[in-house]
Amino acid sequence: MRFRRRNRQALDSADRFPSAPPDAPLLEVGDLRTYFETDRGSVRAVDGVTLSLDRGRTLGIVGESGCGKTVLSRSIMGLLPKHNVIRSGSVKLEGQEIGNWGPDQMRPLWGTQMAMVFQDPMTSLNPVMSIGHQITEPLLYHFDISSGYARELAVALLQSVGIPEPDRRLKQYPHELSGGMRQRVMIAIAIACGPKLLFADEPTTALDVTVQAQILDLLQTQQRDRYMAMMLVTHDLGVVAGRTDDIAVMYAGRVVERAPTKVLFSKPRMPYTEALMASIPKLGDKSHTRLATIPGRPPNLINPPKGCKFSPRCAYVQDKCRVEEPPLIPDADGKHEFACWFPVGTPEGRAAFESNKQAGLTAVEARLGAETVSADGVS
Amino acid sequence: MAGSGTAHLRPRDESLLRLENLVVEFPTRGGGRVHAVTDVSLDIKRGETLGLVGESGCGKTTAGRAVMQLPRPTSGHVLFDGTDLTTLRGSSLRRARPQLQMIFQDPISSLNPRRKVKDIVSEGLDIWKAADKTNRAGKVRSLLDEVGIDADAALDRHPHEFSGGQCQRISIARAIAMEPKLIICDEPVSALDVSVQAQIINLLDQLKARYGLTMIFIAHDLAVVKNVSDIVAVMYLGKLCEIGSPDELFRSPTHPYTAALLSAIPVPDPETKPEELPGVGGEVPSPLNPPSGCRFRTRCPRAAERCAQEEPKIREIKPRHYVACHFPLEVDEAPVTTPSSDGAGT
Repeated sequence: MRFRRRNRQALDSADRFPSAPPDAPLLEVGDLRTYFETDRGSVRAVDGVTLSLDRGRTLGIVGESGCGKTVLSRSIMGLLPKHNVIRSGSVKLEGQEIGNWGPDQMRPLWGTQMAMVFQDPMTSLNPVMSIGHQITEPLLYHFDISSGYARELAVALLQSVGIPEPDRRLKQYPHELSGGMRQRVMIAIAIACGPKLLFADEPTTALDVTVQAQILDLLQTQQRDRYMAMMLVTHDLGVVAGRTDDIAVMYAGRVVERAPTKVLFSKPRMPYTEALMASIPKLGDKSHTRLATIPGRPPNLINPPKGCKFSPRCAYVQDKCRVEEPPLIPDADGKHEFACWFPVGTPEGRAAFESNKQAGLTAVEARLGAETVSADGVS
Repeated sequence: MAGSGTAHLRPRDESLLRLENLVVEFPTRGGGRVHAVTDVSLDIKRGETLGLVGESGCGKTTAGRAVMQLPRPTSGHVLFDGTDLTTLRGSSLRRARPQLQMIFQDPISSLNPRRKVKDIVSEGLDIWKAADKTNRAGKVRSLLDEVGIDADAALDRHPHEFSGGQCQRISIARAIAMEPKLIICDEPVSALDVSVQAQIINLLDQLKARYGLTMIFIAHDLAVVKNVSDIVAVMYLGKLCEIGSPDELFRSPTHPYTAALLSAIPVPDPETKPEELPGVGGEVPSPLNPPSGCRFRTRCPRAAERCAQEEPKIREIKPRHYVACHFPLEVDEAPVTTPSSDGAGT
């Protein structure tokens, strides 16, 4: 298989866009919406997301399955199905609007400007192509280099992602490698052409904890060494805790809270974030500690509830929440954004919680369960 | 480190289930053998939950399934309530099986997609003619009610109409229908979101208290295992490493593998610097050709010559805390400190 080299007149990989303002953030997403048309109606997978990311920074995107975090990263990269998708809003890369670009315009950017590490390394690697072939493919496509040189680069890449005996590995096929090794190969392919922006979509969900730690360490070193921006998409708050600068929490297609990592963990404002953290079993807790739960389940994205989409499950819910959707607004110092009328840790929030407690709301009981260690667990 | 022995077993008459020197091997096409479970001994008292942890391929699932005689162990004994299940054949084994039930990892694929919820839950009752037909229907309703599923809405629906968490609740209803003595939960919450995971864990705890269930809880998530278990066994490559009470084991692990597993868990605390933790390098070796001596030695920071030659035996290091290692960690060391590399060979 030979690849058609792309037209060298197009954007040169290492170049910035000619029109790029020098101070624009690397990635700016404004009111991005992505709806899927289905027989039952349109599924609002991403419903108005605004965020920005600077070079060299790491942003964690956290949320439960179905909250739109994967669709968000794919929508930014332009990796959506061709049909039955409605996408609106703006995506700016270094100030250049790429939100309305088609695959032909995007292709020169994939690999060189932005790349993605997918969740399942077995299904995202091509099973009938050798590892070497898959790593040299983007190199040969984007750069005018000989296949011998591409091969040398591939060896160096495999070495840098910690694969022993890279020469031998080049000739092997994905099924000959373990899960952790395959994910290392995925990372090598993603960083081969020196992207500025790396998306990692649940990169370690399919791996064991010990290997997970290795892969996350690898992603972090590569991100630092290459000064890339990274978007780490995961459902596991533990994965993003020590490894990101900022975290955005998503719920029902929207960002409901965004803050520097330490602030988010120490002072969550959005009741969903607080509830999510409380429901994780912690190693420090004694065994048989009753876990706090979030009653119900994530909303239907075809007919989301009116008002705040978390309101049916929220322990702080008031009448206003059921009617009016709270906007994502920053707090006084501008670094912590959240979308809530009665934020956790504020007088209004406390009053709302207390009044719900009086009324015996299920969501409050589910939360309070955690505070009293159950006596029924141990026999 | 992956050793054998029976020092940790309690007296025979105290346990509901007792595995003695369990070995499960699978032949391969090339004439080799996969050593899935090698000489594992465990016991569980009535009403107790045993947590079984380890990386994928460590034999935890195979050990759980071998209890059910699916597959039959290559050698060893499975004593359940006084009977050795490995000696049972045909109908006597069939009669013993309702006492043992399983809950699987993937809730959606473990329910037959073409059957209605009421048929799925009542199948065991129907087979064993547990009651007459009308009573059975009532029983199914109360079971669904118990696991938090609205029976009126659910009875005539198919599994695909439910979310993962709800399917897992239906699986649980199916498992408790025959009022088993022992439930083997094989990664029951790994496929679920954290908020739903917490609901299912709480439900299992609640049912356990109500029915006095005994459980084997197999999982790779140490925090989950700690939460549900009364006793935890850590497995590595088909062997036991360490056994103890969850609070004790997780506070001061003595086996280098347990310590490494603990330090690899992502902690939801931004103050930790995960890169600086020791972790463990490399990957699990092939069970086709496991390392000699201690099976963990190829990845162990404390491994010495002796580990390659002599297999460590399980021994009591503290009261009710057992370890199979020649060079266990300092007993009072904090859980996530580095197992010092110069500690080997002391």
